[in-house]
Amino acid sequence: MANVLPPDTIRCDACPVLCYIKRGHAGACERYANIDNQLVRVDPHVLLDRAKFQGAPLVPFLEREHEWDGQLLKGRETFVTAIGAGTTYPDYKPAPFIVSSEVAGVDMVTVVTEGIFSYCGVKLKIDTDRHLGPERNLVRAQGEPVGHVTTAEYGSQMLSIGGVHHLTGGTKSEGRVTCETLLDLCNGKEVALTIDEGASITVAANQPPIVNGQREERMRVGCGSAAIGMFAKQWFGKVDEVVVVDDHITGVLSEHQAGKMLGVRETGIAIQGRRSTPGRYFQVAQPGTGWGGTNINDPLSILKPFKEKFAWPHLRLLMVSTTGDHYAYYELDESLRPIEEDLPPALRESVARIRENCEPALTTVLFMAGAGGSLRAGVTENPVKLTNSVKNSLTRVTCGGAPAYIWPGGGITFMVDVARMPENAFGYVPTPALVAPIEFTLKKSDYATLGGHMDYIRSLEEVMREKDRQRQLTSLPDNPWPLPSPNERRTK
Amino acid sequence: MREPAQICMLPNGRLHLHDGPIDLIIHADGTPTAVEQAYRAAATRFVTVLDELCAELPLLRAQALPNSPRPRGPIAQRMFDAVLRSAGFQQASPGRALEPCLSPPLFITPMAAVAGAVAEAILTEMTNAAKFDRAYVNNGGDIALHLTPGHSYSIGMVERPETPALFGSAEISAESNIRGIATSGWRGRSFSLGIADAVTVLASTAPAADAAATIIANAVNLPNHPAMTRVPANQIAPDSDLREIPITRNVAPLSIREIHQALNNGVRAAKTLQSQELIHSAALCLQGQVRVTCRDALPRPSADATQPRLVPRRSLQHA
Repeated sequence: MANVLPPDTIRCDACPVLCYIKRGHAGACERYANIDNQLVRVDPHVLLDRAKFQGAPLVPFLEREHEWDGQLLKGRETFVTAIGAGTTYPDYKPAPFIVSSEVAGVDMVTVVTEGIFSYCGVKLKIDTDRHLGPERNLVRAQGEPVGHVTTAEYGSQMLSIGGVHHLTGGTKSEGRVTCETLLDLCNGKEVALTIDEGASITVAANQPPIVNGQREERMRVGCGSAAIGMFAKQWFGKVDEVVVVDDHITGVLSEHQAGKMLGVRETGIAIQGRRSTPGRYFQVAQPGTGWGGTNINDPLSILKPFKEKFAWPHLRLLMVSTTGDHYAYYELDESLRPIEEDLPPALRESVARIRENCEPALTTVLFMAGAGGSLRAGVTENPVKLTNSVKNSLTRVTCGGAPAYIWPGGGITFMVDVARMPENAFGYVPTPALVAPIEFTLKKSDYATLGGHMDYIRSLEEVMREKDRQRQLTSLPDNPWPLPSPNERRTK
Repeated sequence: MREPAQICMLPNGRLHLHDGPIDLIIHADGTPTAVEQAYRAAATRFVTVLDELCAELPLLRAQALPNSPRPRGPIAQRMFDAVLRSAGFQQASPGRALEPCLSPPLFITPMAAVAGAVAEAILTEMTNAAKFDRAYVNNGGDIALHLTPGHSYSIGMVERPETPALFGSAEISAESNIRGIATSGWRGRSFSLGIADAVTVLASTAPAADAAATIIANAVNLPNHPAMTRVPANQIAPDSDLREIPITRNVAPLSIREIHQALNNGVRAAKTLQSQELIHSAALCLQGQVRVTCRDALPRPSADATQPRLVPRRSLQHA
């Protein structure tokens, strides 16, 4: 087929049928449609079922535990999510679903729409000490720049992916790949990324990151100095000196406050790098993917010769990384040179304890977007009132039923953990932009006050009758129920 | 961006498989172990079906003629064979080439049997994997059945998917040879050349039922009647297998005479298919009027309980 499409026709690439879809029509699946020459997912519409009884079992099937057979529970509450609700872009019309329901005698309204966000991106928090790449360097997918390294925060490397400059500010291919990367990340799929002058990583929401082909198991227990503080007591008496190797702050037991408190004797150890405060050293090596996020594989390389004045033969030295993944045990010989020995059983326990105290390393994907623009017109005739209502906590914002954090300041800029949203909650349009569900829940009376589309309110029962377009899911147990609880109402 | 196939459970122990335009609702009755084995087999087979079909899509969207290249995929072959037979290409004697009974031959593409063939393929996978009492694979109204002795299914027929009121029902037992049910009409998802609201066909296999329902629904028609809005298929869906053939988009109210005139045309097609033993029976519905053709023309449903009978729910009193 020719690449030239007839006017008002788009080609859907959601499945291998590759339908040509005319404006105003749906493809063969009736799930993707051409709305104003945008490919929009229109089906199915996801409803969340609330298990009223705490701890109600989910029945896993085919390893997909979000799905549930619906049979075990009675007396459920239902929340209509925006997933599959469609959109009224460019938003001069009321949102596709404005649903009323009653919560503890109060009429509530949930305005449900799928927003098209070209001002959007994800923040990746990758739990690893390994150096992924220099700050500000480009992160690439399929060779295209899709984001950059921002910083590191307490045992995690932070990347920014997407954003309007990659989605629409670069080449067509950059925009397309960025959109695809964001969509995959948001829908929980695995994505391969490379960082200029840095590592190759494979990440997926709520999964351990894979750095240069190696799966990260644990997040550091703390920085090297923190580790000394946490475990000093357990080492005391079993070893004369401990060095916790860390690219950020390497800790040294005998010099550290915690060691001093216990009366650990001075050992004459001398460490490379820059001393910050006693027992805390910066820049003992270069960043890398070796011990504790440094580039070293031989821990002795960060040591200078022991000071003869303080050190003694048979001095016992433990060197360990911040995750306990790397460790080595030495004793000084007669000329005060460290000789590697087997780790004594008494210390084995403390190394295991470090590992035990490390939380599992994960990648978290936070979707971030601004709903401050025209999307609000689908909710109310007076858009700024919606913004104010959200700021005043009268209107609750959820994404596919998951709680959203609203940034202070102007607009409705929100962040949501995609792992708390139902599977495949995101879609895209070839603009390129992401389609994300967003729901605004507020009191019906408040909705009238802010100029809501009152004529378009439909009852929950009415919406639920359209069963063939719906998918019912159980809400995730960790999420607060999107509608306010009766107790919460009384306090307002 | 290719979306992966969706596999999930629905209420009442039904399995839902979805991939692109394919949407299957599956239910099996049997021991929990057998059902799980069957569902796993269904899901495992399912994930490759769409890619398999799309690999030969141009061929499957082309008119099926005896000298057409034969598709390679097993499902595609079932589609091809079913539409050729239903379109009236028959072997005069074994070993002879297929010859058309109609001149010119009916325009039909293998896509007319895709839903039934996919349903049948998944069901076969399930019955090969486990032993259970009965099962159905419902592919958007085109249904493949599995029945073991002593078991049966009740089916209800609807004319309009959006207002599910039954216009008829049938009881299908293991003793009948019916294992395929299909419904076609202009209100459904696929395009129809005819004006039937719904034509439901019972046949021995799902692909045969699917192809026959398409042909009968196309035949329920009043050529050149002004009450019909018809549009070339490719104006709606640029890549439709029906190309520029006008398909029905709307039907204005018809007189009762016109309704039965149109239904007669459909009944004629149904009887032709019945006489060739390609279908068991058909129920045709147009603007509230229902006609049923039964191969055995049973006078009483109780005369032979093993033979299913399509029972129209609405009377024909206006006829």
